[in-house]
Amino acid sequence: MAFPAPALELVHLACRRGGRALFHGVNLALPAGRMAWLRGGNGRGKSSLLRLAAGLARPDAGRVLWQGAPLHANASFHAQRAYVAHAHALNDDLRAAEALRFLARVSGRDAGDASVSNALARMDLLALRDAPVRRLSQGQRRRLALARLALEPRAGLWLLDEPFDALDARAADALRALLHEHLRADGCALIASHQPIAAAAFGAIELDLDAHAALA
Amino acid sequence: MRSLFLALFLRDLKLAARRRSDALLPLAFFALACALFPLGVGPLPQTLHDIAPGVIWACALLAALVPLPSLYALDHADGSLDQMLLAGDRAALGIAAAKAAAHWTTHGLPLALLAPGAGLMLGMTGVEAGVLCASLLIGTPCLSLLGAAGAALTVGLRNAGVLVVVLVLPLCVPVLVFGAGAAVAVQEGQSPLAHLALLGAMLLFTATATPPLSAAALRASLA
Amino acid sequence: MRSRLFRFAAPSRFYRLAERLEPWLWAAALAFAAAGLVMGLLVAPADAVQGESSRILFIHVPAAWMSMLVYLAMAGWAAVGWWLNARMASMLARALAPTGAAFTFIALVTGALWGRPTWGTWWVWDARLTSELILLFLYVGFIALAGAVEERRRADAACALLAVLGLVNIPVIYFSVRWWNTLHQGASITLSAAPKMAHTMLAGLLLMTLAMWSYAVAMALSRARCEVLEHEAGARWLKA
Repeated sequence: MAFPAPALELVHLACRRGGRALFHGVNLALPAGRMAWLRGGNGRGKSSLLRLAAGLARPDAGRVLWQGAPLHANASFHAQRAYVAHAHALNDDLRAAEALRFLARVSGRDAGDASVSNALARMDLLALRDAPVRRLSQGQRRRLALARLALEPRAGLWLLDEPFDALDARAADALRALLHEHLRADGCALIASHQPIAAAAFGAIELDLDAHAALA
Repeated sequence: MRSLFLALFLRDLKLAARRRSDALLPLAFFALACALFPLGVGPLPQTLHDIAPGVIWACALLAALVPLPSLYALDHADGSLDQMLLAGDRAALGIAAAKAAAHWTTHGLPLALLAPGAGLMLGMTGVEAGVLCASLLIGTPCLSLLGAAGAALTVGLRNAGVLVVVLVLPLCVPVLVFGAGAAVAVQEGQSPLAHLALLGAMLLFTATATPPLSAAALRASLA
Repeated sequence: MRSRLFRFAAPSRFYRLAERLEPWLWAAALAFAAAGLVMGLLVAPADAVQGESSRILFIHVPAAWMSMLVYLAMAGWAAVGWWLNARMASMLARALAPTGAAFTFIALVTGALWGRPTWGTWWVWDARLTSELILLFLYVGFIALAGAVEERRRADAACALLAVLGLVNIPVIYFSVRWWNTLHQGASITLSAAPKMAHTMLAGLLLMTLAMWSYAVAMALSRARCEVLEHEAGARWLKA
């Protein structure tokens, strides 16, 4: 059985924040079509690790490789990566559809009316498309932030920070459906969550920051 | 990068239109500040006429700096800035340019158009007020560019408000000198063209030098 | 060659080098200052027009020169530190800033003291003094920014960018202030009127400049060493 080449690789990653070391020696080989579940208690550095994998920050040691090449040398990385952080990136004064369209335009994704409507429908937000973000609840904002995943191209990398927070059962199902589709289309995902996310159902690789090591 | 520039520029204009009171506050500040000088100095027309160009320019400078702290603050707080910086290789440059352009369109341009009114109230003649308006039209983009650079350097810092003003004001001195000097030249019967040309040169210089600097500052703020 | 240049980029080596150099620099500063003050206050002749009050120029002029030189050095080190990711260079830049600001302040105060008997007012908006004032604001801005940013890498980058932005603007500011000054002021005695100086006057100025330079370097090294101790607390070489 041939082992697929890893799409995302974290090699001996180390991170410091505010003068203290968060984690070191983190390794991960994530092939296409697989998901990695980033676990760890509060303050262990899950969000920091995601930022490093997204290319927002440079690690204190180690490297991040996408399709074999380091991030800064990778011209097409931004076209294939989606990072949904804990902060929603939704401006209060925009309407839901406008906010989604802005995020799509900024990252160069398809921002056409049909695509945006489809994305909103996937997360059950079509009825709220003209509501200002200010009036949405936490769960609705999280769903809107996740809706942009429906606009992502195939076979990319999804980096999600606590995506299941504040989601009700239906929304969680919708997100799981999106994830399944993405993984089946040879995409990969690195998801940070302090809640168990039915990792077995996804065949997820576990990366436990508490141990500073990966458990395959 | 162009799509990012346009998307951000138009979005900021849209947001300013939706929060019109926020956008108009600096103009109110400008008018109030200009009104302080006659109250402090006395209503003698000749005195007011002589100090008018400098007063209006200084008040316009301060009014342009007032909305700077919030230039990046909201986007930084809600995570939009991170998403925008992920857009691609030269994302930071596009963001810096778009923010400066949006700042000028929502604050600098209205200031320049409001200034002749203030000038007339302080006893300037029509021609002088016209030249003042021209000098502000060329000078306020410089202020927006320099101010946006200061805002980029202080993204997310605690006392960013006053810090931005302290950082940016010394750099705006040449713009102030040439801008006010243009109107003063007309008052003294000379041509303002030299001053306006120098302002134009300052604008070219600022437009080429500051956006890359702002971009570097934005990228540095990510860490 | 490159490795020799970067030898002192390591905080531990810099610390030891600074430790050894400092006493010599302090001694040099004292010696030059003594010689310069003797030269300026006692030996050199009083100015034909301004009289004894011109002696304060022996402090004012070197301080003004140093204020500009230190800004140049500060911006240079900050840029090097950011470009090459060398912590030590950025620390040195931050160590230079307060000394530069002090020199600027001294230049302003001595300029005012000189102006009082000469023009009758405590301050005059002359091109040079006004530029010095703006330079003081630039220093204050740099120090404020350095203090406001907590994360080291970002502080290094932000200070470097600000210093370079200021450096590039200084000629523009100076030119604009001169323009403004000649337009608005009538004829007045300005500091830029440099009479033909007696040899002893020139010698005095140079000695005072050397004294201030030695002081600046000694002070900067001392401050940089303090910063090294602060940031490298817990490093093995310190415990030795």
